[in-house]
Amino acid sequence: MRIELEKRPKVSVLFSIFSPFIALALTLIAGAIMFFLLGKDPGYALYSFFIEPLTEVWSLHELAIKAGPLILIAVGLSVCYRSNNWNIGAEGQFIMGAIAGSILPVVFYEWQSPLVLPLMLLLGMLGGALFAGIPAFLKAHLNTNEILTSLMLVYVAQLFLDWLVRGPWRNPGGLNFPETRTFAADAILPEMVASGRAHWGFAFAIIAAVLIWLMMRFTLKGFEITVLGQSERAGRFAGFSSRKMIWFSMLLSGALAGLAGISEVSGAIQQLRPVISPGYGFTAIIVAFLGRLNPLGIVASGLVLALTYLGGEAAQLSLGVSDKVTRVFQGLLLFFVLSCDTLIHYKIRMVWADLTDTVKDGGAN
Amino acid sequence: MGIVEAILLTVITAATPLVIAALGELVTERSGVLNLGVEGMMIIGAVCAFVATQQTGSPYIGIIAGTVSGALFSLLFGFLTLTLVANQVATGLALTILGLGVSGMIGEPYSGQSGAKLPQIVFPFLSDIPYLGPLLFKQDLIFYLSIVLIFAVNWFLFKTRTGLMLRSVGDSHSSAHALGINVIRTRYLAVLFGGACAGLAGAQFSLVYTPQWTENMSAGRGWIALALVVFASWRPWRVVIGGYLFGAVSISQLHAQAFGIGIPSQFLSALPYLATVAVLIVISHNRRTTLINTPASLGKSFVPDR
Repeated sequence: MRIELEKRPKVSVLFSIFSPFIALALTLIAGAIMFFLLGKDPGYALYSFFIEPLTEVWSLHELAIKAGPLILIAVGLSVCYRSNNWNIGAEGQFIMGAIAGSILPVVFYEWQSPLVLPLMLLLGMLGGALFAGIPAFLKAHLNTNEILTSLMLVYVAQLFLDWLVRGPWRNPGGLNFPETRTFAADAILPEMVASGRAHWGFAFAIIAAVLIWLMMRFTLKGFEITVLGQSERAGRFAGFSSRKMIWFSMLLSGALAGLAGISEVSGAIQQLRPVISPGYGFTAIIVAFLGRLNPLGIVASGLVLALTYLGGEAAQLSLGVSDKVTRVFQGLLLFFVLSCDTLIHYKIRMVWADLTDTVKDGGAN
Repeated sequence: MGIVEAILLTVITAATPLVIAALGELVTERSGVLNLGVEGMMIIGAVCAFVATQQTGSPYIGIIAGTVSGALFSLLFGFLTLTLVANQVATGLALTILGLGVSGMIGEPYSGQSGAKLPQIVFPFLSDIPYLGPLLFKQDLIFYLSIVLIFAVNWFLFKTRTGLMLRSVGDSHSSAHALGINVIRTRYLAVLFGGACAGLAGAQFSLVYTPQWTENMSAGRGWIALALVVFASWRPWRVVIGGYLFGAVSISQLHAQAFGIGIPSQFLSALPYLATVAVLIVISHNRRTTLINTPASLGKSFVPDR
């Protein structure tokens, strides 16, 4: 048996809408099989993984807290990926944003003012953007592969944070725990509604998604991003500069990842610790693809991936399975998304052994 | 044994997995496929090798388990990128994410157990050569395999007809197809080889480097192996040189920590990653030489015309 692809004369609208849903369905089926193999009741397992977290108010708040950074980062990454710039170091930009934004509440903790919070957010964006500026500079001017450099810098950022909270920024009154002093009231991102913990980071994410969607849809910049991403040559003829696009997309996605970082620290954790992210920067890559690199699609897919984090925690409690299941689900989901996207451009045909092909293959070798 | 020899021994231990994984990826990339999932295949190899060793008591079965599991895992990448022509960069990332998750799940019951270390194979007489003997002839099987692999890959790519065909597929898949070479099959085999090598490199982590299982124990070394291929401009011998240089950097960082030099340990731990970035800059700043060396079809999907 062989699988053959046949190019569709036109991009399939049907599949470009439904492919993420098919991928989700396939992930659920694969998940059910996995739970069955682990000796759990698949129906109950999927229920406690994907439905239970949605039944209570506090867990809906947790969902917003986790979806916020995922959406913010993924929206930025979508611009990068659409313009063919492979920033996979958002995790590092998230951390550097959190660090830069925390300068005020940790180092200048005596300064209390309503200005503290807005300045922190700005610094966070600046920190993330500058850190993304390193691979951008290296790619735009020294022709260095951005995939590898942006990823290597993630490890550097993690180690830098580790050094800060164990060394110079450690809370002097904190019994030697590796953490900074807790932020003062002025430095804390407030809750959105009174019913729970969800902070304004989620609102930032929605605003960013809408703005980027408008940019992609209605502005020349959006067109430039798409053209340069599909064909650099065509973009050059149109007078677009791919070098400027590297800078633009990387700085934008870095700033958004930095904003996500400082929002997470200021809204949810309220101090710096050696580890401040459960891999948001990497999960956001999946979010971006599941949302088909469309900012509004990303809002939906961000909520789905946030649910896998909550589901992992819930499944650990109610089923006793490892929370590593979350990562497996996320990886499977990305696999299915990528394979379903093939359906948009190609028809897939199963070819059962047929004589002419065998002859052709035989001739080829 | 003198201190110099002791240090060189640790350099070799650190370099061996990098060399193996990078050689495998080199063959994959020479066929025109960019598999960014090395880290994922490595960690799957590491966990399967460790679990198999714990179950059977034989680290040699562990080596086989690691290699085979890495190859099987790479098949997933092959199916998506070669049969379904999915984006290679994104699929490679997916492979890494899935590998880290699956390995965490498989390995969880085994974490904290101390495993059996792969025994040394001592060559009589040769190992008595002063200095060189203990370094080269008193090693474990994976080290010897890495040496064989260096010569084999070099010979295969540049001295055999099949190697030539593989390189032609990587340089121009449409011309190769027109010549009657089965592009997809060649690439599948190259991807499988890369996966097997990454799995073997992973087995080295959990059987030799630190004989135990800890989550994320590959710690980005799959990515460093990828960088090594670029560093080596897709040439096997330069992979070896690069691998040993990187081994030396990561070991010097450990020794500097042990000697208590007044630099925070985090900065020393960041050295291999920073060195990777620095090396990439030096290698790729000349656009023209990079273009000449890179397999021309690298990362491009191929759909045969029918």
